Amino acid sequence: MKDKNKIQKIPFILIGFFLALWMIGLAVGEPTRVLEQAKSICLSCIGIG
Amino acid sequence: MQSIRKWVQAIWIFLINGYWAFPFTGNMYQGPLKVICSPGLNCYSCPAATTYCPLGSLQQLLGGIRYSLQSGQYYIGTFVVGWMGILGATFGRFICGWACPFGLFQELLHKIPSKKYSIPKAFNWGKYLFLLFFVIILPLVIVDQFGLGAPWFCKYICPAGTLEAGIPMVLLMPDLRSTLGMLYVNKIMILLGFTIWSVFASRPFCRTTCPLGAFYALFNRFSLIQLQLDEDACTNCKACHEVCPVEIRFNETPGSNECINCMKCASDACRFDAIHLAIAGHRLGTAKKKPTIVPT
Repeated sequence: MKDKNKIQKIPFILIGFFLALWMIGLAVGEPTRVLEQAKSICLSCIGIG
Repeated sequence: MQSIRKWVQAIWIFLINGYWAFPFTGNMYQGPLKVICSPGLNCYSCPAATTYCPLGSLQQLLGGIRYSLQSGQYYIGTFVVGWMGILGATFGRFICGWACPFGLFQELLHKIPSKKYSIPKAFNWGKYLFLLFFVIILPLVIVDQFGLGAPWFCKYICPAGTLEAGIPMVLLMPDLRSTLGMLYVNKIMILLGFTIWSVFASRPFCRTTCPLGAFYALFNRFSLIQLQLDEDACTNCKACHEVCPVEIRFNETPGSNECINCMKCASDACRFDAIHLAIAGHRLGTAKKKPTIVPT
């Protein structure tokens, strides 16, 4: 029978993995690039140009 | 519960589109908040957008990956995928049901009285193909003479971008009108198509096309916060089948990739308290007593 009180570990492993990815991105300075992109109007993104 | 969900959806729209000075400044928000990831599909070229769109950003980063690596920068999308993964692994498709502006747009359209149609299940695979090809492979592989790839999904498909940015920006910046061409017409037609489809079918874009929904769907079975089925309490009355906006049979496929976790089945259908919220497998709140059948 399924143990209803068992804590699922997979979500924590996944969160940890993606947190590590996020931190790698942070370490290489990717947020600066993301911010640059987000601050400018992406004309081709909105079907112009 | 459903009225709470509507409020949450509305609050999210205002949180991620909180720059209401744009009609006066004539420009979009360009502040530091734009380094924060929008959980739902929300174009960062929308003049009111205060966060970045993970899909748009990821395509831009993948499209510029050659240029980045050649110039010694390792901008390969880990920051964006990290954000998306943290959100997905925590909430799964709760984001689709509770925090996506384009999801709310489709829900409101679906309230227009008309004959309602279902969407063939095979169409659900479309969103995974859009994620794989239009968001990842095509921006990476097809490049121009400078080695830059295009944001294929945003450029050719995304109706949310047209609604939130394409139309408002053209209204806000009259100079842009001279640059409009077939690309814009194509995107307006796609938006129009999904708008009409949403009246007759529930959330067609989310179910067939949305790459962000496809990404979050991969986590639905493993996310920290989940909707769970108590098999002991379920009587297989099938009431949950009737109310589901994405036409899944929750009691047969709990944790389905298609479930947007709107909780309509739990709040509006199930009388036996068989569907409940759980965090890391632990039920939130206590189970109500199962109704007993009294012999007459």
